[in-house]
Amino acid sequence: MWPTDRFRRKSGDAAPRPETPLVLIGRDGRRRVVLAADAAAHAAGLRIGMPASKAQALVPGLIVHDAEPDADEIALERLALWALRRYAPVVAADPPDGIVIDTTGADHLHGGEAAMLNEMVERLGGSGLAARAAIADTWGAAHAMARFGTRRSLVVPSGAIAQAILPLPIAALRLPAVTIDSLRRLGFETIADLAATPRASLALRFGPEPGRRLDQAFGRVSEPIEPIRPEEIVEVRRNFAEPIGAAETIARYTGKLVAELCAELETRGQGARRLDLLFFRVDNRVEAIRVGTATPVRDAKRLTRLLTDKIETIDPGFGIELMRLAATAAEPLRAKQTITSLVEAPEPDVSDVIDILANRVGEDRLYRFAPVQSDVPERSVQRIAPMAPDTGEGWPGHWPRPTRLLPRPEPIETVALLPDHPPVTFTWRGVRRRVKRADGPERVFGEWWKRDAELAAVRDYFQVEDENGERYWVYRAGDGEDAATGSQKWFMHGIFG
Amino acid sequence: MSVSAPPAAISELRERIARLEGGNARERTVLPFGVAAIDRVLPGGGLAFGGLHEVAGGGNGSVDGAAAALFAAGIAARAVGKVLWCVTRPDLFAPAIEQAGLPPGRVIYVEAGDEKSVLACFEEGLRGGFGAVVAEIARLSMTASRRLQLAAESSGAIGIAIRRWRRQTEATDFGQPTAAETRWRVSVLPSTPLPVQGIGRARWHVELIRCRAGESADFIVEACDAKGRIALPSDVADRPVQKEIGRRRASA
Repeated sequence: MWPTDRFRRKSGDAAPRPETPLVLIGRDGRRRVVLAADAAAHAAGLRIGMPASKAQALVPGLIVHDAEPDADEIALERLALWALRRYAPVVAADPPDGIVIDTTGADHLHGGEAAMLNEMVERLGGSGLAARAAIADTWGAAHAMARFGTRRSLVVPSGAIAQAILPLPIAALRLPAVTIDSLRRLGFETIADLAATPRASLALRFGPEPGRRLDQAFGRVSEPIEPIRPEEIVEVRRNFAEPIGAAETIARYTGKLVAELCAELETRGQGARRLDLLFFRVDNRVEAIRVGTATPVRDAKRLTRLLTDKIETIDPGFGIELMRLAATAAEPLRAKQTITSLVEAPEPDVSDVIDILANRVGEDRLYRFAPVQSDVPERSVQRIAPMAPDTGEGWPGHWPRPTRLLPRPEPIETVALLPDHPPVTFTWRGVRRRVKRADGPERVFGEWWKRDAELAAVRDYFQVEDENGERYWVYRAGDGEDAATGSQKWFMHGIFG
Repeated sequence: MSVSAPPAAISELRERIARLEGGNARERTVLPFGVAAIDRVLPGGGLAFGGLHEVAGGGNGSVDGAAAALFAAGIAARAVGKVLWCVTRPDLFAPAIEQAGLPPGRVIYVEAGDEKSVLACFEEGLRGGFGAVVAEIARLSMTASRRLQLAAESSGAIGIAIRRWRRQTEATDFGQPTAAETRWRVSVLPSTPLPVQGIGRARWHVELIRCRAGESADFIVEACDAKGRIALPSDVADRPVQKEIGRRRASA
């Protein structure tokens, strides 16, 4: 789908509507054939490799454009660069329509593998690219699952490659089309069929390729990813005559590399937002550490601390022969004049602690709350980045708000007078409480200007206190009179301190 | 409640013990509550900066920790600088924290996956330039609390551990010793009576269960106002503090 998605994206407003079938055609020898078809075209029965004239005959009103494979490939490189900046240190374009990412050492910044994958697919979907993604132990398996798996994003558990990919068709194996054709003719349908066949006869008939692809998919031979390195990224490297492996040695050289990098960043007037430290092992594998910072940083000590915190995640194997440190994302950082004040001490800078914490628990797990203009309690807060500028805004303070807000309102059974009295007793989580005092109602209207379903919705909030002095925030869905305003059921929504 | 000024011999002994305990030359400062009855009980006249303090809720509060969180927010609000709040369950409602005096711009939240990483974040926060660090944790071992106490001493930040358990029965864990400077239990009481219908200012039963170099005590106070200050209710302000109750709880 990549070429057609890219075509639509490039055309902007002039792009054909998503429900009209679109194909891109090009030459295959002397024939003009369909090279790419979008989802609507697939649904209409068009297939890649079909002659262009046949496609046009099958679907009236088909939109046909010339394919641009070279431009597609260049755009794919750019997309890979975006993924490098955003997700992981080891990224490469996997033409014609894929990107391969080594997530090792990077998913901690995004709250785990599954969360990162979902976010990636959604983000690409938001910009009009119908992406499918999979994480598996090997490149081959992830490649197959992303293209032939049943779900849009999928994490294959470690060690479960065989169950995942054996039922897939042999087309998932990254073999040349000719080979797949002849294998099919011989009756091979799934990867399981192929894996159960003796290698010698396969190799005799089809050469070493099927065996190699099988081994790569199962992780029996290594398949290093050659990461893309754009020119403009600041990078320093160090080769070792003797492979190194001890954690202390790695830490020492990390410090030296960071110092070099900071000197380089200083000449450019930049500070690092993301650092990638790649370790090339003697057995041709790449290990990576990625750290992020909340603000641009050029302090060698701080950056070294962030990187050395992660050294324990590195498996040096038989030794590391090359270390590469790159500032994948850098932003302008100018020297700032510190203001000395006679009256009060400056507020200490906490951004270094925030960076350490963010690299430990994940960037999205570290936040500040900010007010949102909404009367609906659960919508009145949003999470913002911890170092976002402070607007000084707060919530309107004249209504009491509970210290703990339940993740979702829980239904309670009440005895209450309608329409505008607080409950007399209520039962929550199996405990019956008698209301001694109450305050309310505070009426909250649905946001009809945003959501049609809330056109008439009303919630009446009450603060109630039981005989022990425990204070709760309960509401009735509806105004107590009109059935259109809600179900008139009562809910527990928060606990006061 | 008659903690008179200690005699000279005792203060000299205390100084010698302090010298023995380590080369911690930083001057000990305190954060007074601004309530004379409470400050009189605390050594130095307030909550020690550079120390770990434990707060738990009583009754249902040991599970929801609502009053304990507000009590901690009030203390953090009166400290200077940014506040780090480490949680495992993200159910804190920021507008309420603001009403206790902590504007949203001052608090940074960390949502750590488990207790262990909450402790790690807690310690890291205490070492770096935050004014106060609050963490909601269930289990706090002696070793962990000593680490936290040392981290707090190194930076002078106030560390507040809100003890919050999954079930009320687990709250017996609160009897285990820790290295914290003080240990508080905050339970809700019926609010201040109003001459009209409605709920007045919230009241708490604040128990100082344990206090290093001090005596335990308990107080009935009015909850934090918009500046994070607690106050003695006017109708109990003149009454003597119930010392016996505090003693009995502390030994339980």
